[in-house]
Amino acid sequence: MLNYVIRRIGYAVLILIGVNLFTFVLFFTVNTPDDMARMNIGGKRVSQDAIEKWKVERGYDKPLLWNSSAPGTGKLTNTIFYDRSVQLFALDFGPSDSGRDIGYELRQRVGPSIALAIPTFLLGLFVVIVFSLLLVFFRSTYLEFWGFTLAVFMMAISALFYILIGQFLFSKVLKLVPISGFAGGPDLFIFLALPILIGIVSRLGSEALFYRTMFLEEIGKDYVRTARSKGLSETVVLFRHVLRNAMLPILTSTVAVLPLLFLGALIMESFFGIPGLGSYTIDAINAQDFAIVRSMVFVGSALYIVGLILTDISYTVADPRIRLR
Amino acid sequence: MPKFVFLATDVVLYLLLVATAFYAWHALRTPNLRQTWRIVVRDPAAMCAAVVLAVFLLFALLDSFHFRPLLPPAAGAAANAAPAYSTQTLSLLDALLAGARQGREKTYSEPLATHQYSKESMLVDGKMVRDFPRLQFGGAHLKDEAAEWPGDVAARSAAGLAGGALGALLLWLLVAALRARSTGERAAQSLRAIGRRETAVPWRAMLLTASALALFIGWVAALWPVYHVLGTDQTGNDVLFQAIKSVRTAMVIGSLATLATLPFAIVLGILAGYHKGRVDDAIQYLYTVLSSIPSVLLIAAFVLMIQVFMDKNPQLFETGVERADIRLFLLAAILGITGWAGLARLLRAETLKLTELDYVQAARAFGVSDAGIMRRHILPNVMHVVLIVAVLDFSGLVLYEAVLSYVGVGVDPSTNSFGTMINSARTELSRSPMVWWNLLAAFTFMVVLVLSLQLFASAVREAFDPRARAFRPHRGHPATAAAAQAGAPAP
Repeated sequence: MLNYVIRRIGYAVLILIGVNLFTFVLFFTVNTPDDMARMNIGGKRVSQDAIEKWKVERGYDKPLLWNSSAPGTGKLTNTIFYDRSVQLFALDFGPSDSGRDIGYELRQRVGPSIALAIPTFLLGLFVVIVFSLLLVFFRSTYLEFWGFTLAVFMMAISALFYILIGQFLFSKVLKLVPISGFAGGPDLFIFLALPILIGIVSRLGSEALFYRTMFLEEIGKDYVRTARSKGLSETVVLFRHVLRNAMLPILTSTVAVLPLLFLGALIMESFFGIPGLGSYTIDAINAQDFAIVRSMVFVGSALYIVGLILTDISYTVADPRIRLR
Repeated sequence: MPKFVFLATDVVLYLLLVATAFYAWHALRTPNLRQTWRIVVRDPAAMCAAVVLAVFLLFALLDSFHFRPLLPPAAGAAANAAPAYSTQTLSLLDALLAGARQGREKTYSEPLATHQYSKESMLVDGKMVRDFPRLQFGGAHLKDEAAEWPGDVAARSAAGLAGGALGALLLWLLVAALRARSTGERAAQSLRAIGRRETAVPWRAMLLTASALALFIGWVAALWPVYHVLGTDQTGNDVLFQAIKSVRTAMVIGSLATLATLPFAIVLGILAGYHKGRVDDAIQYLYTVLSSIPSVLLIAAFVLMIQVFMDKNPQLFETGVERADIRLFLLAAILGITGWAGLARLLRAETLKLTELDYVQAARAFGVSDAGIMRRHILPNVMHVVLIVAVLDFSGLVLYEAVLSYVGVGVDPSTNSFGTMINSARTELSRSPMVWWNLLAAFTFMVVLVLSLQLFASAVREAFDPRARAFRPHRGHPATAAAAQAGAPAP
């Protein structure tokens, strides 16, 4: 087990290096820092002086990979690659293109993102499992057919519509919750209630259908027949036996996304004005702040890889038959 | 003679159409494929969806023939002067719906309105008045709009619906007659069989869908020449026209992005599964790296880089439409480059299974080359996976486009798309009085399009993956339910 985890972490580091090289190539060689400067300052007629100044302020004036003018190890370390890519592994994100410290911003914004993501995830999982188990419980009846149809219909609606219509209904017409914003303390609940609700509803359709097939696959197995022939009620069979056995495939699909929740639901945060990582990323994209986008790519993939390792470990917890070697 | 313009996405769409036609011809000649597609053709939900999709596809294609109209010669120009073309690139659809496109208002107006939605200062009889001004296009033919409007709308609606009904009736008769020719019964008999759902192909459901569409199209066609059927947006453009133009964007994104994933996924997936060892490791590493970057961020990074590139080379694009089109094309390509990992993983697993089978071993023993085995023995046997994934992903891409456009890395702001429509709807809902028709149009068109795509896709999956068939919901007929239970995969 420990061996396995160490090997997985080694592979994870390899992948992170790949991600890092990839983003470096994408951001610095496809277009030169000069192009970035011109775009960031804006306008066609930007003087070369302004470009140089922009680059010096952000440390983009150094050579990309090899600084032949620097002494000693400075040849390697006094470069854009070392400053901007290697340092990411030390979780030193450096300043954003607008001059603020990215690491500080990330620490500030992780809290609100988690406050939104964790309840959405847990409540969402609960609602989806209940809904899909009910679909299975009422199988071969009109209830299942209409529930299924509802789920298919919900799947066809873009998350953006749920947000717009939810904001309109609950904030503007019913005036139950504020349209957007964020505050700590007891106000947290009223600000987060609507984003959490919409986050659950917008994913309900597709996930319920997915879980339904997993439960249906489980229900054809022998142990279910045995349980039924023992005289157990259908409710007990479903909610105790089938649910526990179906947890394994559910784990695969959910644990991997768990760390990604820290990034927050990108659009949800930006629509509701929650100062989390998601809205930070979207603001950076709109402001064309390359440094932030690059850091977020790194953070996002690191979290994803952590999620994959967690998935493997949670397998052994959920199912003792699985041994990792 | 106008100057024809072939935009990048146009050309790919034509090629795709040709490829689809070729596939259809191939499927008809292959007994196996024919049998499988027959399951799709007999699925009522899928065929209704196909009818709707065909109409959408027609709009998308009409919007994919572009040209630049010839300008009338300038006064006093030499007779042999080179012809001058408009700087505006138009499509066939633009030309067909010229009324709606050119009938611009100043700003918001409600569906079928005769007056603007907001008040303006006007000079009436020498006095300044603040009132709702008449629209320049909507209801401009009415003299006394307050009195004439209800009657005019009712009369036009009735005429339009009647026209639509007539068209639908003709369609029923046409289908009945055509069907009668192939089955050898009389047309009336054929019509009765359709009405009683006695046909193998669900003609009744398809014709009902087509009739509903015909009624709607008839109604719109009667009102559109003189009113804005779904109102106008902030800059006074017709909303219905934009919604129809958005269909093409959605179709282009869906089909091109799917197409762009295929070469990577097929070649790398099969190579990894066939060669195993080093090659497998390298390819797995590549797609793990790509798929470990959250897709929105990866796409955002690519799109930012393309923006820089396009900013640097403005001379490459002659007109605004061409520029917007290149951006659309590149967006689809990016979606493809970033999205092939999932399919490649599936194909790798499938190939791993296939290489152990006897016929592959036999081919190897006969000395068939690796490339030959992969092309002739493995590729045809994984194509069903490719097809299933391609149709299933299509609707997701349409939904994804809206999100990307919202994030700011989607299509060019000048391209009509559902994403840009929803984006503007965001501020319109919080406006007072509220503007709801823009959101309604985007919602209706998008849901109908995505729902049709999904219904069709799920039928294709059920046809090509028999395991999926066991999970269909059954309405409460005990007999069919029991049959389904029996048909569930036995261990």
